[in-house]
Amino acid sequence: MLEYKPNTVLSNEEFDTVGSSPIRHDGADKVTGRARYGADTILPGMLRGKILRSPHAHAVIKSIDTSAAEALTGVYAVVTSDDWPETSMKLVDLAEGSIHNLGFLSMNVLARGKALYKGHAVAAVAAVSTHVAEQALELIKVDYEVLKPVLNAIDGMKPDAPILHERLASVSNPALRPGGLLDDNADSMRTNVANEFEFNLGDVEQGFKDADFIVEKTTTTQAVHQGYIEPQAGVAQWHTDGKLTLFSSSQGQFTVRDHTARFLGIPIGDVKAVPMEIGGGFGAKGITYVEPIAALLARKAGRPVKVQLSRVEVFEGTGPTSGTQIKVKLGATKEGKLIAAEAELIYEAGAFPGSPVGAGIQCMMGQYDIPNGHLKAIDVVVNRPKAAAYRAPGAPASAFCMETAMDELAEKLGIEPLDFRLMNIASEGVRRVTGPMTPLVGYTETLQAVKDHQHYNTKLEGKHRGRGMATGWWANNSGPASAVLVVNSDGTVSLTEGSPDIGGSRAAMAMHVAEVLGLPISDIKPQVGDTDSIGFTSNTGGSSVTFKTGWACYNAAQSVKQQMVERAAKIWEIPDTDVEYKEAVLQHVSDPELKLNFKQIAARMIPTGGPIVASAGVNPPGPGPSIGVHVVDVEVDTETGKVEILRYTAAQDAGKAIHPAYVEGQIQGGAVQGIGWALNEEYVYNDDGALLNSSFLDYRMPTSLDLPMIDTIIVEVANPSHPYGVRGVGEVPIVPPMAAISNAIYDAIGIRMNDLPMSPDKILEALWAEEGK
Amino acid sequence: MAEVWIPPKLQQLTGGKQQVQVEGTTVRRLINNLEEIHPGIRDFLCDEEQEDLIPGLAVIIDGEVSLLGMLDKVQENSEVHFLPAIGGG
Repeated sequence: MLEYKPNTVLSNEEFDTVGSSPIRHDGADKVTGRARYGADTILPGMLRGKILRSPHAHAVIKSIDTSAAEALTGVYAVVTSDDWPETSMKLVDLAEGSIHNLGFLSMNVLARGKALYKGHAVAAVAAVSTHVAEQALELIKVDYEVLKPVLNAIDGMKPDAPILHERLASVSNPALRPGGLLDDNADSMRTNVANEFEFNLGDVEQGFKDADFIVEKTTTTQAVHQGYIEPQAGVAQWHTDGKLTLFSSSQGQFTVRDHTARFLGIPIGDVKAVPMEIGGGFGAKGITYVEPIAALLARKAGRPVKVQLSRVEVFEGTGPTSGTQIKVKLGATKEGKLIAAEAELIYEAGAFPGSPVGAGIQCMMGQYDIPNGHLKAIDVVVNRPKAAAYRAPGAPASAFCMETAMDELAEKLGIEPLDFRLMNIASEGVRRVTGPMTPLVGYTETLQAVKDHQHYNTKLEGKHRGRGMATGWWANNSGPASAVLVVNSDGTVSLTEGSPDIGGSRAAMAMHVAEVLGLPISDIKPQVGDTDSIGFTSNTGGSSVTFKTGWACYNAAQSVKQQMVERAAKIWEIPDTDVEYKEAVLQHVSDPELKLNFKQIAARMIPTGGPIVASAGVNPPGPGPSIGVHVVDVEVDTETGKVEILRYTAAQDAGKAIHPAYVEGQIQGGAVQGIGWALNEEYVYNDDGALLNSSFLDYRMPTSLDLPMIDTIIVEVANPSHPYGVRGVGEVPIVPPMAAISNAIYDAIGIRMNDLPMSPDKILEALWAEEGK
Repeated sequence: MAEVWIPPKLQQLTGGKQQVQVEGTTVRRLINNLEEIHPGIRDFLCDEEQEDLIPGLAVIIDGEVSLLGMLDKVQENSEVHFLPAIGGG
């Protein structure tokens, strides 16, 4: 066991295994290169697939001539979207929060009729080698009619903007999700606005009339990529009975199965998706890009096909998060009470409808008690890759606007920013601006933990140095999840569960089982099941896994426990109710002589009734929200514009940290991604819509050399809807960093930075503008 | 009766009312009764078969996102909201 314990406050209950930090079961294989990822699958006779991508950001595909490519020696198959059926435009709910218009998704995987961003997949080739496949791509002749692209939402909303989808159904629908296309007989709406949605609470006009202080501001953020290390990779193999097996790394093997089956027009029962290890996803691997193309190629070629993206393809052809423009107006009384809020959030959806603006708007003010509000969200299609989920999708951009506005308002009021937040928190039962009441969450406790922390109480000295803080709120998700336990005759327990393991969830799942059964974690053998060996489990996303799949593991373990009691009762010929199970020992409630441990019963399970197997399928409510509070010290180099992070502390209510070291890792990882988003990262396009920085050399993510140790504080206010009090932890840590750093820069140099990234050139321009006054 | 919060864009169907008191022990019955009072509103909340909520729409009952949708129980004094579902990353 690791002898390691991060800062933890308010831990409400002690457990045997839960709350410890054992080494993950898959750790040794991963650090020694034995773990198998999507690209590691090699099958006999396997071909390599490559994808032809549009060189234009916006173009009509008039024709595609594949004959020369097909004639090239070594080429087994060439496919376009004509090789699969046109998918229905009906919205489909494939999993929790995973709502997709499969028609749009299908057109994103392989363009149909129009290429809508540079890098949009147009055709694909399967050949004996990657080199031959690449040669064949050059022989495919695509006749494009190049159109003017629209590259940001504001331009996309202009009356004379180029239109991406002539038949886009622009809606004003509570289901703020990918819409569809108009009926053939309806007039074109000629718009790029896919959806608009509003929230109203109280009387916002009166609220602002009553306010003594008002702050208004606008922020902009650019599209950023999730930056996972492992590019998407998948292998498809058809069997002689017409069934299909897919091997790939994803955040949901069931999503891979369902998307591929729907695109190909085959029953989901004909598809088995095998989850390989995953080298990062952060939301982007919750949808499919390569598996359906591999399946299409493999079917035509009659041989297995692997499709593996390059880094350039990852940047240009898979979804980053949305670029945004957000306006906010806040009003407060002179005593420091927030009484009115207004906001307009405009998010770029990429080439197809469905940005995360719905989440952005709901999370923006989730932590505050504001009685009067009007919030408006707008989803706009543009000629960029379709936006994909990225850690707390939508929330970081809206928090950047809200939390810098809170800082400005606190300054006007003459109140410490942290105290201003404490004065305005939405405690349990307070109505949020979006309507529903606030559930129990440790917002006060997390703010107080930061206020009490040594970082916050250490004076920051030095020229051009500043301290900033910000908070973040994320809704967390739940969803369907499954787990199966098998007791082995040596007393070990095999656990199969349905959630691909991104952040150490195998260990966390095994710990749920170990805690219930009183077994050491090393006796639990966890694995992630394929779609034929475990019940449906929704994506690894939404900070849902430890909550939902943890529940499934807990319930299955309770079933094993009960079966062990029954076996002991059978051996001793006594009623079940006379058997007590404590710390993996079963004994008679009143006769101390009758005692058997878990291993002894396991050794006798066959003659006492056969194998002990338990399964659980759940869809548990009540994941509860997450709260994060970050404080950061920066130093601004006024000669170069570079911002250095001097010190960083992130506090978060985890409910109960099942595995504190991995919770800390999630907090640190989210904070680091947020720091990159704040200071360096952005998609840079030219006027023609070509991405200019599609490599990690030019797309600057922070490394360990750029950062100090991210200190963490795990606050534990138990979630009453989970047996151990768990809240999801993976997403909220990316929400506060941008605002916290912007506030720190203001404290350092007196300039409000409202456009991300706050890169050296922008800092210098702001300094020069200031000097020019 | 449960109190249903009407999304702003649908308030034109409720004569501008932001909240409506409706009978119903399940979400399905609530929506059916809401449809009787304010015809047309069901089409914005339910799918074509009227068996499920529109994909992407979440129903929040007393502050908790429902995972059973149309089948979930509603208490006498419940507060019910229809909001965009939040997808995770």
